[in-house]
Amino acid sequence: MRRGPSAFNLASIVLGLAFLYAPIVILVAYSFNASRLVTVWGGFSTRWYVALLHDRQMLDAVWVTLRVGILSATAATLVGLLAAVALVRGGTGPRRTALAGGVYATLVMPEVILGLSLLLLFVAAGLPRGFWTVTASHATLTLAYTTVAIQARLASFDRSLEEAAQDLGCPPWKAFALVTLPVIAPAVAAAWMLAFTLSLDDLVIASFTSGPGATTLPMRLYSQVRLGVDPKINAVSTLLIGLVATGVIAAYLIQQRRARVPAE
Amino acid sequence: MRRSRTGLAAVVPLLWLAVFFAFPFMLVAKLSLSDTALAIPPYAPRIDWSRGLEGVRTFLQGLDLETYARLGRDRLYLDAYLSSLRLAGVATGLLLLIGYPIAYGISRCPPKARQALVMAVILPFWTSFLIRIYAWIAILKPAGVLNAALGALGLPAVDILNTETAVLLGLVYAYLPFMVLPLYAVLDRQDESLIEAAQDLGATPLSAFWRVTFPLSLSGAAAGALLCFIPMAGEFVIPDLLGGSETLMLGRVIWTEFFANRDWPAASAVAIVLLATLVIPILLFERQQRKVLA
Repeated sequence: MRRGPSAFNLASIVLGLAFLYAPIVILVAYSFNASRLVTVWGGFSTRWYVALLHDRQMLDAVWVTLRVGILSATAATLVGLLAAVALVRGGTGPRRTALAGGVYATLVMPEVILGLSLLLLFVAAGLPRGFWTVTASHATLTLAYTTVAIQARLASFDRSLEEAAQDLGCPPWKAFALVTLPVIAPAVAAAWMLAFTLSLDDLVIASFTSGPGATTLPMRLYSQVRLGVDPKINAVSTLLIGLVATGVIAAYLIQQRRARVPAE
Repeated sequence: MRRSRTGLAAVVPLLWLAVFFAFPFMLVAKLSLSDTALAIPPYAPRIDWSRGLEGVRTFLQGLDLETYARLGRDRLYLDAYLSSLRLAGVATGLLLLIGYPIAYGISRCPPKARQALVMAVILPFWTSFLIRIYAWIAILKPAGVLNAALGALGLPAVDILNTETAVLLGLVYAYLPFMVLPLYAVLDRQDESLIEAAQDLGATPLSAFWRVTFPLSLSGAAAGALLCFIPMAGEFVIPDLLGGSETLMLGRVIWTEFFANRDWPAASAVAIVLLATLVIPILLFERQQRKVLA
């Protein structure tokens, strides 16, 4: 039996969460501030949101970012699914070692290095930088995350279900698609979400690998942030935070509900 | 039979990593041996394929260690190198000190609360990194939220934006979830009966913690430390937005050399030096993750 949390435990949790959330709360609150100054509360207002709607460049950047995010997350999830299968079931050959090495190296690699090396690849290949180069780069960045997320779920999957299907005459790939995939689907969806969010968020790799006409939202935000605090940034940030938080919490609740059904 | 079949699944991801990860690193290494040039792209030599083998030979003769020698002669690079490692190291220490009580506290809670709390720790990580760092500017700037709060309490104002303190604060803030989660994972798996056994044998709760719980959680601490230290050493956004012009970190140096100075060979050489430094921590991290997998 676990002992309950002590006062010290509770205090650490409360302080820790306060530290994590205070800046976000402040940011959201000031996106509704009528005053341009951070320290002056000028009353509740949605004027920054209205201003946002008229910011053509910002809206274009949002559109580019969403498209890059969807495409790169899909690619990273598909390749990551294959990588996870190979890692969990591929035995212990040199191929697996190379794959695990590559995956964990990308996971911790400083983004500046990854961005620079990808840029040099595109320059060497003579590819013009733009939408597709950012998309491919983001897929590379997020591949490690999708692999790890799917692999964790796949490792705990009861293989005998798939074997039973095969014993009944189902070809292996079909057994995987019809038996395994539906069970690990929430983890695959979570992996896609993770990849999408990371892509939405990335400044460094996009800056290196993007070109004219493919300015992503973080790139636009960064160039504005350098000029100083602008309440419009608070507004766009609040929208992003709301979007992502809704998605994550929904995904969490779906997984919780599935977990309660004794499917396996 | 089945083994070799599933092994095939590795082909596509391996090819992807070879093209977009391994091969580009060779390009970085090659470029670090080249010289800057007033050309597009701005470096020389380049392989002249039309001259065949001769072109390759001339190209190879054009490579040298001049860029590295240049880095060695300039104090700026050495300073940036040392302060990157120092700041990442100090931040890792702070993260351990702050993250451990949080992870431990969560592992003490009832199961339902534990899940919700883990979720609460992860959630900020899902919201934009850039935006969370940007939020700190509004808090830390001289006429910002922090000083307004200090003023209201009758305390003197502080001016820490654009200092190393702000960079450390930003690093700790941004990487806290990456420290708490691995620590929580080991603490949560720990067998409670070990603590009970220690206490039955007369250990006080505190000494049971120090002599049983703590040593058993060190693998999580190592994973968290590596997971934070490696990317922090190459961090760009945090030193750039929260640090002053005197806060030099390698990630920022690479960015400046590349974008502002258009010195691609120098940016590549700095990247290679950073990578060489991080190779050992990266290998340690991989070995540890493989153990978790096995």
